[in-house]
Amino acid sequence: MIRKPGMLKSLGVVALIAGTTAAFAASSEADFKAAYAAAEAANQEAGKLRNQWTTTTAALAAAKKAAAAGDFDQAVASSNAAEALAKASIFQATSEKEAWKAIEIR
Amino acid sequence: MRSTIQFASAVLALAALAFNAMPAAVATETPDPVADARAFKKYFTEKFPKVKLEDFVNGPYSMNEDMHRQWEEKEQFPPYDFSLEAGKEMFAKPFKNGKTYADCFANQGIGIRQNYPYFDEKEGKVVTLELALNRCREANGEAPLSYVKDEMAALTAYMAFTSRGKPFDIKIPNDPRALEAFQNGKRYFYTRRGQLNFSCASCHVQNPGERIRAEILAPALGILNAMPIYRSEWGGMGTISRRFTTCNSQIRGVPLEPQADEYRDLEYYLSYVSNGLPISGPGARP
Amino acid sequence: MASSIRVRATSSGETTEVQALIQHPMDSGFVKDAKGELIPPHFIQQLTFEYDGKNVFIADWGPAVSKDPYIKFSFKGGKKGDDLKISWIDNKGASDTTTAKIQ
Repeated sequence: MIRKPGMLKSLGVVALIAGTTAAFAASSEADFKAAYAAAEAANQEAGKLRNQWTTTTAALAAAKKAAAAGDFDQAVASSNAAEALAKASIFQATSEKEAWKAIEIR
Repeated sequence: MRSTIQFASAVLALAALAFNAMPAAVATETPDPVADARAFKKYFTEKFPKVKLEDFVNGPYSMNEDMHRQWEEKEQFPPYDFSLEAGKEMFAKPFKNGKTYADCFANQGIGIRQNYPYFDEKEGKVVTLELALNRCREANGEAPLSYVKDEMAALTAYMAFTSRGKPFDIKIPNDPRALEAFQNGKRYFYTRRGQLNFSCASCHVQNPGERIRAEILAPALGILNAMPIYRSEWGGMGTISRRFTTCNSQIRGVPLEPQADEYRDLEYYLSYVSNGLPISGPGARP
Repeated sequence: MASSIRVRATSSGETTEVQALIQHPMDSGFVKDAKGELIPPHFIQQLTFEYDGKNVFIADWGPAVSKDPYIKFSFKGGKKGDDLKISWIDNKGASDTTTAKIQ
């Protein structure tokens, strides 16, 4: 293996990524519960705005299913996805409050 | 992997929204339904100068000649015939307490479909035909029907049939709540929703006559005149409630409950701007 | 109970045009119900139109034909006032038949 300047830095980066991945691999039930609660809260807020997305519901269900099977990595990932989707739906509802007028037939 | 894609598309959706959201410099105006209806009709008649005003009620068939020909042939033996016949029987059959639907409606419920929805000033809300039918049932000790298909579709098919040819005659009383309901319906119509970020207008105002996958899109003008419809895609009948809810889920928006305020107001708006166009229901669609 | 077959046959001298609408679920056997269980196949297998003792139209159907099928065809001959007999039989052995007068 040829040593080059910067290689140590790259190895360091690899180790960092590996370290981060290792942290993910250790998702616990507590991690899932926290992520899920955040996702659900966001989705409920979207519900108050009468603008939930079906994909949010699907991601929440996938999270629950993964957790039930003991796969907390997936459960956390799905919960995070659900939260992102729910937040996007909130953003949509809020921005559409004014944006709709732009396409109205006048 | 899937969640990564969903996350990415959520980010994209956010980006797209940020890109599309225009800071509207439009002032809040007093609703003017008369002007809105006039502008609505003008938009569609100018976009499709060869389509007669009353033809807009035929939806995609008014947009495509070949489809129009096939549909005309089919109308001699329409697929909604069975539902219509069943609806006529259902309408005449008395409730357990001896009363009938005729007792709940003006003119025995015959030839009145074009007056729905109406704004009920006592309740302060829009009342649709489907809602009125279930209220009639409940007032007479019967269980309410599902809003989306089967019996509700059969009953509204029959009532629409008795009004065939009559022009939509929706009234907006001089009541700020009625104007607000109209405005709410209009706002719902133009508001983007669902993960696919479509509004009703995206398809039915911006792209009538164009294809979405294999379907030809109907113009929004006259879009409720043919309801309820036998839709080949459904393999059966569906009501206005069915169309609103399925439309929502098709764009990945969680549907509201049938006859939610938003839907009632939407029906009010869409019916009013089609005033003057004839009731053609029940209808058949691809 | 009303027949499942609605038919209209019109003679224009040399040919007769026939239209029919049949009420039948035409379940393909590939669709699942709300519970996730397959709805068993239930479809018309043969449809026959008979005029003057001869079959003028026979259809051998399978699961590809949709619910409440509509048919339209023409045949040479057929006089106004004559009978046209229509019958179908499905994969469960059920059948229906009706006779219509050519208009």
